[in-house]
Amino acid sequence: MAPHFPILQVVLPLIAAPVMVLMRRGAVAWLLAVAVSWAALVMSLALLAQVADGGVISYAIGNWPPPWGIEYRIDRINAFLLVLVSLIASVVVIYSRASVAAEVPREQHYLFYTMYALCLAGLLGITSTGDGFNLFVFLEISSLSSYVLIALGRDRRALMASYQYLIMGTIGATFIVIGVGLLYLMTGTLNLADMAARLPGVNDARPVLAALAFLTVGICLKLALFPLHLWLPNAYAYAPSVVTAFLAATATKVSVYVLLRFYYSVFGESTVFAALPMRDILLVLSLAAMFIASTVAIFQDNVKRMFAYSSVAQIGYITLGLSFDSATGLTAGIVHLFNHALTKAALFLLLGGVALRLGGVRFENIGGIARVMPFTAFGIVLGGLSLIGVPATVGFVSKWYLVLAALESGAWWIAFLIVLSSLLAVVYVWRVVEVAYFREPDATVAKLKEAPLEMLIPSWLMIAACIYFGLDSALTVGGASQAAAALLQGVR
Amino acid sequence: MTPAATIIAALVVPLIGAVLIAAAHRAPNARETVTLVTAALLFLLVVSLTPAVLAGGRPGVTLLAVMPGLALKFEVEPLGMLFGLIASGLWIVNSLYSIGYMRGNNEAHQTRYYVCFAGALASAMGIAFAGNLLTLFLFYEALTLITYPLVTHHGTPEAMRAGRLYLGLLVGSSIVFLLFAIIWTWQTTGTIDFVQGGILGGKVTNAATGVLLALYVFGIGKAAVMPVHRWLPAAMVAPTPVSALLHAVAVVKAGVFSVLKIVVYVFGVDAIAGVTSVDWLPFAAGFTIIAASIVALRSDNLKRRLAYSTVSQLSYVVLAAALLTPWSIVGAALHIATHALGKITLFFAAGAIYTAAHKTEVSQLDGIGRRMPWTMSAFAIGSLSIIGLPPAVGFVSKWYILSGAMATGQWGAVAVLVAGTLLSAGYLLPIVYRAFFLSPAHAGGHHEAYGEAPLTMVVALSASAFGTVALFFYPEALLALSRQLAGVG
Repeated sequence: MAPHFPILQVVLPLIAAPVMVLMRRGAVAWLLAVAVSWAALVMSLALLAQVADGGVISYAIGNWPPPWGIEYRIDRINAFLLVLVSLIASVVVIYSRASVAAEVPREQHYLFYTMYALCLAGLLGITSTGDGFNLFVFLEISSLSSYVLIALGRDRRALMASYQYLIMGTIGATFIVIGVGLLYLMTGTLNLADMAARLPGVNDARPVLAALAFLTVGICLKLALFPLHLWLPNAYAYAPSVVTAFLAATATKVSVYVLLRFYYSVFGESTVFAALPMRDILLVLSLAAMFIASTVAIFQDNVKRMFAYSSVAQIGYITLGLSFDSATGLTAGIVHLFNHALTKAALFLLLGGVALRLGGVRFENIGGIARVMPFTAFGIVLGGLSLIGVPATVGFVSKWYLVLAALESGAWWIAFLIVLSSLLAVVYVWRVVEVAYFREPDATVAKLKEAPLEMLIPSWLMIAACIYFGLDSALTVGGASQAAAALLQGVR
Repeated sequence: MTPAATIIAALVVPLIGAVLIAAAHRAPNARETVTLVTAALLFLLVVSLTPAVLAGGRPGVTLLAVMPGLALKFEVEPLGMLFGLIASGLWIVNSLYSIGYMRGNNEAHQTRYYVCFAGALASAMGIAFAGNLLTLFLFYEALTLITYPLVTHHGTPEAMRAGRLYLGLLVGSSIVFLLFAIIWTWQTTGTIDFVQGGILGGKVTNAATGVLLALYVFGIGKAAVMPVHRWLPAAMVAPTPVSALLHAVAVVKAGVFSVLKIVVYVFGVDAIAGVTSVDWLPFAAGFTIIAASIVALRSDNLKRRLAYSTVSQLSYVVLAAALLTPWSIVGAALHIATHALGKITLFFAAGAIYTAAHKTEVSQLDGIGRRMPWTMSAFAIGSLSIIGLPPAVGFVSKWYILSGAMATGQWGAVAVLVAGTLLSAGYLLPIVYRAFFLSPAHAGGHHEAYGEAPLTMVVALSASAFGTVALFFYPEALLALSRQLAGVG
């Protein structure tokens, strides 16, 4: 069975989804969702172990050899991503039972898990496939299911947010399919590896450049690079808590992977970065995201929305790492992708606990919450410290490599801007701390209880991971630097 | 126990203490016993490391690989030994004092207070024994964060504002300047270990050395070199034993300790002796000494006066380090210890006055020495130490700093040191004079009845005053460690 892992981990949740619809039972659907998530985790860990020595797994679907058939291609980079996605999914799904029970109407529970399974299948599919069109298909599967998931939020504004995301996401997907189409036109292949091999032989550069531009904009819409992030804050703020945690930790991260894949594995450095000032554009937009989104975060009146803006800023750190286009820079970007996923998953999960008890997470309502929910509040403090980049958290490791990459590239002023921007994180994180700890709890808050254990434990698992990988980053930095080396190898 | 195990124990014991303190939150007597036992145990652990270090050993241990090639690493060298001894020794006295103060003033959240205190000591041990900049930085930040609940202990809007300033300046300066400097050092030298003779020598240009030094000095906000000193007076809103922790036991000491350690082990005294771009440092330190002393002179609030006195005294350490002579380095290391003893005595006295008589302003202290003779005698001894007069230990450190300055003919520094001494006499001696020689004002003719503060407080402040005098006569251990640091046999 092991040779079929690359496809099984995608197919299992994909099959589970219609089964859930047929069963029409929330509890059964949840069990199925747990089963497929954990199965995906086991399989992705096995895949990571297989490619750890630098090998590449090529899986031909239906035994049609590539480049004619669809190829699934697992190397160090996407194996790393698969583990991330399935790990987050496995933790979130345990948490989801209590949270969904509170936030989603009972008769829609099985639909929720259906959409969740589809979204997981889509994300895993995007990550493992080696085929351009297949990638688009999975992108649509994950996107459409996430529109539904967001719309399930109990706030009516969730519908508007979902619609906004639908429009923006569809534009993004369209751009991506146009880009892939142009590349198909010029190379005659949809297999990404094959495409990479044929691209240097293409004489007419203009359509290739157009493809690059379409793909860049399309993917950057999906990964919410500033200023294409407009869909994200509302979507995160009004979606059900579970959905926010899951999407924040996985969806944008997978999109970053897609960008990496196209830039490094398909276009290769020579044509792309030489022909267009991609590096500078990425650099400027990343810096803008870091400063502008963090500043906007400071002025939010809803904690979830504040952390959503923080996500936009943190995505800026990831793309900043990529913009250095060096081994250290890529390592920084990839390791921050992992670290930020852990941090934000933890934070949104903890906020979900508050939302469960209180019904919302607006600043004006959560005063003094630390008295009644001490574990949740302290977890949020620790997650916040990781966002700031305090040592002994994963955020510190990311920042260390980002600054190092900046200094290596000789741009000391960028290094300085990186450390300076973390001051903004201090401000918005400490706003939560002060409200949670210093305000007197009002009558509603005073009556609340701590979040249930089945939500608290998964959240604290994530917090524990934030601290563990902050103290011993051999696995994460090791994996990221290998992935970076593999990406650059494909280029040079 | 092997030295490595002792080092780990010194980090873990306060943390276990913290857990036990939290567990005993319903039984205050058991809780305070845990604090005292933990403090004593920690001190014994640190003392047990001393013979090996005095014999020239450098016990160490490497734990987790935080990042590839960068480990959490501990190594005990003379300066760290000195700081470890001071912090752990004063924790015992401070705990005794805290018990009297916290109960005497009916403070809320006492369990949280003792837990954070133990956590602060664990962080201080981590700073003292750090074997590289990464470890130092980690525990430096931990110390800031764990002391935040102490500074904001009262939970009032004023405490919250002070907390903002405290956290903003300390975390801000450290993540913007200090972290930047550390990564820069790592990027240029490929190491951030503390090495005798420094690691930067010959690796960075003249101009870059000066910039790097500035990033370190101002990045270490805990050293309170102006203008990053504002957090210290603001933090005075905390209960007095916390001020003692900030000023004497751990926080500011961790700051000047880090500056001195970085000058000696990262820059290397000899390596930067001829570098012109670092010449700004004596001026910055000298300015802080004088300016802070003048502010202290003009403050009527006792704790504020003591706070600015600390800002000024800390820059003695920075100035001594900046003089870059072996004797001044000896003086700098000694001054960390001597100022700690003197200042903790002064804060203890200020807290005792507040607890017993509810007085906070210098102008209210007329004749208080007659009602609180122990407290004010201790205050007088502490003052002598801060001014640098015998028979208090402060004299010893100032002597070395001054000899270093004179031996190398740095007359500007000599002038600053003399002026600083006069100013400190000017802001401390009048308090002693008022307390003992002026008769109490009887406002409205009504007579207030108060005597000494609770017993544990008086014991604690007498002990620290006694230590201030005793170390003047027996400074051998401190001297031996400081001389080893400076490499003068």
